[in-house]
Amino acid sequence: MVQHLKSSSSKSILLNVLRHNLGFSSPNHASRHLRQNLPHGPLSTRVSPNPVTRLCNTMVDTLSSIGSHEDANSQVMDFPGGKVSFTPQIHFISESNEERVPCYRVLDDNGQQLTNSRFVPVSEEVAVKMYSDMVTLQIMDNIFYEAQRQGRLSFYATAFGGEAINIASAAALSPQYFIFPQYREPGVLLWRGFTLQEFANQCFGNKSDYGKGRQMPVHYGSNKLNYFTLPNAVDAAYSLKMVGKDACAVTFFGDGGSSEGDFHAALNFTAVMEAPVLFICRNNGWAISTPTSDQFRSDGVVVKGRAYGIRSIRVDGNDALAMYSAVHEAREMAVREHRPILIEALTYRVGHHSTSDDSTRYRSADEIEWWNKARNPLSRFRTWVESNGWWNDESESDLRSRIKKEMLEAIRVAEKTEKPILNHMFSDVYDVPPLNLREQELLVRQAIKSHPQDYPSDVPL
Amino acid sequence: MDRDPHVCVMGEDVGHYGGSYKVTKGLADKFGDLRVLDTPICENAFTGMGIGAAMTGLRPVIEGMNMGFLLLAFNQISNNCGMLHYTSGGQFTIPVVIRGPGGVGRQLGAEHSQRLESYFQSIPGIQMVACSTPYNAKGLMKAAIRSENPVILFEHVLLYNLKEKIPDEEYICNLEEAEMVRPGEHITILTYSRMRHHVMQAAKTLVNKGYDPEVIDIRSLKPFDLYTIGNSVKKTHRVLIVEECMRTGGIGASLTAAINENFHDYLDAPVMCLSSQDVPTPYAGTLEEWTVVQPAQIVTAVEQLCQ
Repeated sequence: MVQHLKSSSSKSILLNVLRHNLGFSSPNHASRHLRQNLPHGPLSTRVSPNPVTRLCNTMVDTLSSIGSHEDANSQVMDFPGGKVSFTPQIHFISESNEERVPCYRVLDDNGQQLTNSRFVPVSEEVAVKMYSDMVTLQIMDNIFYEAQRQGRLSFYATAFGGEAINIASAAALSPQYFIFPQYREPGVLLWRGFTLQEFANQCFGNKSDYGKGRQMPVHYGSNKLNYFTLPNAVDAAYSLKMVGKDACAVTFFGDGGSSEGDFHAALNFTAVMEAPVLFICRNNGWAISTPTSDQFRSDGVVVKGRAYGIRSIRVDGNDALAMYSAVHEAREMAVREHRPILIEALTYRVGHHSTSDDSTRYRSADEIEWWNKARNPLSRFRTWVESNGWWNDESESDLRSRIKKEMLEAIRVAEKTEKPILNHMFSDVYDVPPLNLREQELLVRQAIKSHPQDYPSDVPL
Repeated sequence: MDRDPHVCVMGEDVGHYGGSYKVTKGLADKFGDLRVLDTPICENAFTGMGIGAAMTGLRPVIEGMNMGFLLLAFNQISNNCGMLHYTSGGQFTIPVVIRGPGGVGRQLGAEHSQRLESYFQSIPGIQMVACSTPYNAKGLMKAAIRSENPVILFEHVLLYNLKEKIPDEEYICNLEEAEMVRPGEHITILTYSRMRHHVMQAAKTLVNKGYDPEVIDIRSLKPFDLYTIGNSVKKTHRVLIVEECMRTGGIGASLTAAINENFHDYLDAPVMCLSSQDVPTPYAGTLEEWTVVQPAQIVTAVEQLCQ
């Protein structure tokens, strides 16, 4: 049982010690005497030979920074890092707040705008493009997924359930902001103008792929559209700060990704450097088969922002309007105030982790189905867009059939296109291929010459 | 940094403190504390930061306070620094320089006495150079900063105090070239970094004993300058490699393989490699001294090879 220290404040304790050691009668009296009687002056930097005097020097330093009245609330101590007030109570900060951080949303489950909801307005043009792109993303994902299942693609990862996060955040950002996504954000590229053909080329790894066939599907990259799959937004933000551009860097990651050391280091760095970065976490409940309860024990990811001195917000990731507003406001703050912002978008991963996963092995099909139907981001947003008179059934079916046709054509073309030439196995490792790589390419070509039947027919030499 | 405003420095205590070995002394005063940035302690994060900055147009010089700390940044160096130019299809270049003091010092302890060139040499996409004199330090640093490829520049903890008269004006040293330190006829001694100085000390003794060693500071650890090395082997027919790496998997091991593969016909004796033992560097001064190749051992090895 902890006994509370008696009413004495810390200052009194200090002075009691002094009184005892030096024989003074009253606290104030003590301080004044100390200052006057010190052989080397009150704030001497020389080390005094006399230990008691040394004690006095330190004491005076301390006492002079303590407030004049003895009220416990006003007592402070100047440790490195700034003033902190004292407390005589032994009190551990609880591991979590009683209530979880509330989640910002604008539309209810059925897509009706909540009364009293505040959001950044979107024009008809933007809203229709947002909804159309969400539909396009969904269709693209469906068709690529099926293509993989048919053996035409080696691999694919869908973004089912994450359409609102993808499109709405892209819509709220300027095209010149550099984006470092994870792998469930192709919608961002889609919004910026990457065509279905370009997506297909990357997935099929043909010669029109900007990555020259070097990356697995879904790892898109476009210098032109300021997008590359890589977790280093901090760096880009530093660069922006150096050249003084009015822009921010943006990075996406999931609930699982937030456990990596890189995440914590990045938050810390951007806070210290006051760099304009948006950290957007897609908390979709699952990291392959690991649920969030096995990933962290904090109240999600949003509370981690405060630990690093970063402003944060929790948003309903399946609400396109809420996502748009949150990202919009966040980016304004980041650019204007030169600070990082953390956004936790709560959502659900409707699809499997990837084509190498069958999630019914670790979660119920009912759960997946419920999120797909009852909390679907597309249907919620569609209701709102239609309520404004900007969309209808005809537009929906027109769009869907058009996109489906485009997708099938894109796949057909991508599949037939030649693969990148053999030389690209060795180019771009350095700016100019060094001697050892040129030698190694020769060895490969020699091997192909002697065994032409083992070499694939669609890879030009 | 004067010449190109995109060049910047980042690392721990590189700013007003001037760096733990004072390599960046005075730079923060001149260029400001954003361009010479003191980072929080997370090698992985600030190396990644430098890489991303390079992707978006800057030319960062990233300092590892001790090269050993860069083990914490291995993911960034291998997966991002080395691979990004390739995996992005050439869309992004990573013109970073990663530098810092490494090698065995005076009782710095095992973790701070590492030879990272051993571990990094396999990473595709990076270049590695090691400086050994004030002259080549300046030349290699400038070349590394100007290179479009990521370059790791290995400095040595015990060589910072070397003094030498060097030209004030601009010059660069070719990143892929070895340095002919002492031409000779009897044997080719290949070395780099601090061991160059041990070799030159041994060379004095050898000359007194009537030998004529050719000493080459290989400087470029990845890729090897097989042109200079090859010409030397064709002349002397005997090779001794003197390095500070461990016996297993070091630069010497790779160099031995490369020489055997390319110049086997020119050798009159097997390639000999003097390296440190496969042990963590002990703290005790006497033990530490014996993990590093000493001039006396170099002399004995040459005598053996030249029999």
